[in-house]
Amino acid sequence: MNAVSRQRLVVIGNGMAGMRTVEEVLARAPVRYDITVFGAEPHPNYNRIMLSSVLAGEKRIDDIVINPLSWYAENGITLHTGDPVVAIDTAAKTVTAASGLCVAYDKLLLATGSKPLMPPLPGLDLPGVVAFRDIADTDKMLAAAQAKQRAVVIGGGLLGLEAAWGLKRRGMPVALVHLMPTLMERQLDVEAGTLLQRDLSERGLHFFTQAQTERVMGETRAEGLVLADGRTIPADLVVVAIGIRPNIDMGKAADLDINRGILVGDDMATSNPDIYAVGECVEHNGQVFGLVAPIWEQAKVCAARLAGDQIAAYATPALSTRLKITGIDVFSAGKLAAEDDADEEVIFRDASKGVYRKLVVREGKLVGAVMYGDVADGGWYFDLIKGERDIAQSRDHLIFGQGFAEQGCCGGAKAGLDVASMADDSQVCGCNGVSKGAIVKAITEKGLTSLDEVRAHTKASASCGMCTPAVQAILSFVTGADASAPEALCKCTDHGHDHVRHAILDQRLKSMDSVRKALGWKTEDGCAKCRPALNYYLLCAWPGEYVDDYQSRFINERAHANIQKDGTYSVIPRMWGGVTTPDELRAIADVADKFNIPSVKVTGGQRIDLLGVKKEDLPAVWGDLNKAGLVSGHGYAKGLRTVKTCVGSEWCRFGTQDSTGLGIKLEKLMWGSWTPHKVKLAVSGCPRNCAEATIKDIGIICTEAGYDMVIGGNGGIEVRVTDELTRLSTEAEVLEYASAFMQLYREEGHYLERTAPYVERVGMAHIKAHILDDDARRKALYARFLFSQSFAQDDPWAERATGGIDAHEFQPLAVVS
Amino acid sequence: MMDWIDIGTIADIPRLGARTVETHVGQVAVFRTGDDEVFALINKCPHKNGPLSEGIVMGRKVACPLHNWVIDLNDGTALAPDEGCTTTLPLRDEGGRLLLGLTPAKKVAHG
Ligand code: SRM
Ligand SMILES: Cc1cc2nc3c(=O)[nH]c(=O)nc-3n(C[C@H](O)[C@H](O)[C@H](O)COP(=O)(O)OP(=O)(O)OC[C@H]3O[C@@H](n4cnc5c(N)ncnc54)[C@H](O)[C@@H]3O)c2cc1C
Ligand code: SF4
Ligand code: FES
Repeated sequence: MNAVSRQRLVVIGNGMAGMRTVEEVLARAPVRYDITVFGAEPHPNYNRIMLSSVLAGEKRIDDIVINPLSWYAENGITLHTGDPVVAIDTAAKTVTAASGLCVAYDKLLLATGSKPLMPPLPGLDLPGVVAFRDIADTDKMLAAAQAKQRAVVIGGGLLGLEAAWGLKRRGMPVALVHLMPTLMERQLDVEAGTLLQRDLSERGLHFFTQAQTERVMGETRAEGLVLADGRTIPADLVVVAIGIRPNIDMGKAADLDINRGILVGDDMATSNPDIYAVGECVEHNGQVFGLVAPIWEQAKVCAARLAGDQIAAYATPALSTRLKITGIDVFSAGKLAAEDDADEEVIFRDASKGVYRKLVVREGKLVGAVMYGDVADGGWYFDLIKGERDIAQSRDHLIFGQGFAEQGCCGGAKAGLDVASMADDSQVCGCNGVSKGAIVKAITEKGLTSLDEVRAHTKASASCGMCTPAVQAILSFVTGADASAPEALCKCTDHGHDHVRHAILDQRLKSMDSVRKALGWKTEDGCAKCRPALNYYLLCAWPGEYVDDYQSRFINERAHANIQKDGTYSVIPRMWGGVTTPDELRAIADVADKFNIPSVKVTGGQRIDLLGVKKEDLPAVWGDLNKAGLVSGHGYAKGLRTVKTCVGSEWCRFGTQDSTGLGIKLEKLMWGSWTPHKVKLAVSGCPRNCAEATIKDIGIICTEAGYDMVIGGNGGIEVRVTDELTRLSTEAEVLEYASAFMQLYREEGHYLERTAPYVERVGMAHIKAHILDDDARRKALYARFLFSQSFAQDDPWAERATGGIDAHEFQPLAVVS
Repeated sequence: MMDWIDIGTIADIPRLGARTVETHVGQVAVFRTGDDEVFALINKCPHKNGPLSEGIVMGRKVACPLHNWVIDLNDGTALAPDEGCTTTLPLRDEGGRLLLGLTPAKKVAHG
């Protein structure tokens, strides 16, 4: 193809609509245009929707870039970022940017999005007032959150709620002012809006509804709001999120027909046939836009037209709404309520579970759905609405969801998505309009195996991300592999370990009850699998705050000794680094005699085990051992067990460093810590490795030059040799790096997952990124470990032998003779 | 005839936990559920006599500490697929006192 014959396409607006159109043009007519893009923001195209997740700390800016700079280069696109277009000359067919750059076009595409709506309030121009639209706004809010100031958000719609929640998550006290009586009134009915407000209030947001803002207080910067009724709300950050209006500046510059937005026809052309417009800046058939689903449709049609198609025509698809606040499930589509006598409402409530559903039916068809609490069936209802299907048959069961209505049986409660029974044309990704059939086709034809690949090929789940679980379920269903779908923690929940751990942090859940409630547990008390796991996750998340729940620990950790097959216990005192003294040995011998302990054995972990102790003797046995300076060896704990050492440079003719001394330091630093599973360390004095460091969770092998640190080994059921992490030169570094790894494992490991499978699951690259590549992250992990240890290093034996903790555990309730 | 023996109050038992009572019929485990129901069972798992009092209590069930069989506190039966049954004993809450129902030991022999 001859470059000279190419036409020039200039795009104003480097945002979601503009770049999606360019992607579609490249797919249809890769060589038709020389493309130049002007963007006012100093960034490549990013996923604006995800700014909410960035604000809430769930994603970083890097994670939300859609088209990196390399994409522009690879596709021969000339990109001018941070350089807004300021003038258009339609006669000369040129655009001029703020920098003075002037570029000629054959076709011009306007994709300038919208501007935040700013009410005419006094004080709105003060520093400290921001909108929520782009990266710059997000940065301002994050800066304010870092200073832990107070925030007030004006606007109780989708954007305002997501802003308020994000700021709250960042630790700010947040108030929200809303003009209407209920939240999200354009997407939710009164009842769902009320439930939403109740749940968000429980999470610590303060609401002022039916509240009109009169002015922003402050002389030199924002100091809060004054409401029309005279109330004042002090705040250092004011976020305005009351709506958007199309950015029509470029339409004016080009003298186009404009109403609320730049007017376009079904072909996405403006009143000037060489100028097209897409996205939030346009108005089509009296409608303006604020969600990406219709915009992707516009991008398709516009690209087809730019590629020479004469027929492609745009029609606005049915729209549905979801709120992106982790743990709060809201869905709505179509009509929110009956409008006249021909409409019927069907309502379902389960107050105890916080579930609410309303369907609006008209002439045997579903025309609206509002859901709160459990939205698993949202996609199915949305399909019924869009398809205008006749629902007379299933009318009576419809409200109970897909599983119930289609099988008509009493099963009712159906967990998750039933991929097998989904119709091929049922829509999975609302943002991108991708059906189940399209995903299945891409997976089978292209042999896709990962979520990322499916995303790349179909765009399903690539925008707001809410349908990710559904896409994952389809992938697992088609490939038969369950690899990507996280396994549920236990039968009491459908959530996997990671989800639960994140929710505990994100929603600041601090008790087992609140976790079970927030995540919709199916059982009241949980079970023997999830209780110890949740107890650990809470303990790890909130050191010093969460109070250990003994009734959720296995007997070994409750009695701080190991139960044996005959109901007696074994007691192992700590022997720091495997080193003992005659006095300690004497105390052990005395205890064995005094309490008739039948068996004394040297363990595989370099210490001594007293086996066959009666439960009621435990406190007294501990008391005697404590007196000799011995503390619990945690031989029973999902925690630090042993640090095995060899004699090292102190005695051995090959020893290069003081491996025994270093082992003792490590054990004194780490003992008492609770971990997802047991943790064992070893320090060997030279590469002969007599302490078997290469099959430990953390191993140190001393060399002349310093210390080799290895991790993720296991000598148990499935032997795994460690991976090398790094080479260090001082003992202080060893303590820091080992603690950092320990903490990373504590924070990311699944309960009952040893470091060996953990390392295999997350990969060494991930661990290196946290511990080696980023000094600040490592130091932060180290600091968190030390902080947590400040609450952990109380000898449980002492607490029980003399402190009276849990006394009932060791005495019968009654003796009936 | 049944003797009703006062063994203490519900507050003596940790919620979602158990205490033991020594009796002439053997060690009895007295459980307290999350919603303060109480149950008494012989403290032996039908599997290999594991001490049920040391298990994790959930709903009206307890998981044995030795090999994780789940026993129904109501009737002492093991949850499928496991099979077996532990003897239950009657227990009454009377004005805050817990009364354990025991058939009297056969003192008659000494008669
Ligand atoms: C006492 C001891 C055997 C001995 O007499 O030497 C022992 C005893 C038990 N081991 Fe062990 N292990 C002992 C060293 C080991 C070692 C060797 C070591 O630590 O150097 C290993 C292999 C190394 C490793 O862990 O990578 C070992 C791998 C296991 C495993 C398999 C773990 C795995 O990840 O594959 C289990 C099962 C489990 O934890 O789920 C286990 C579980 C057990 C339990 C806790 C089983 C149980 O739940 O009752 C045994 C408790 C007996 C008791 O009451 O004391 N034990 N166990 C050793 C105590 C060391 C100590 O001082 O604390
Ligand atoms: C926080 C937040 C959360 C959201 N959540 C959702 C959601 O969950 N679901 C959903 O569907 N939608 C959501 N949206 C809306 C969605 O992001 C928008 O609908 C979409 O970004 C619109 O695309 P656009 O290209 O029209 O506008 P934009 O993405 O805003 O792109 C327009 C670009 O043009 C640039 N520009 C403007 N004027 C000029 C000029 N003269 N010269 C050069 N460049 C110019 C702007 O700087 C901007 O970068 C959310 C929006 C925000 C802000
Ligand atoms: S190998 Fe470990 S778990 Fe197995 S019998 Fe020996 S001590 Fe028990
Ligand atoms: S003894 Fe109870 S499960 Fe084995």
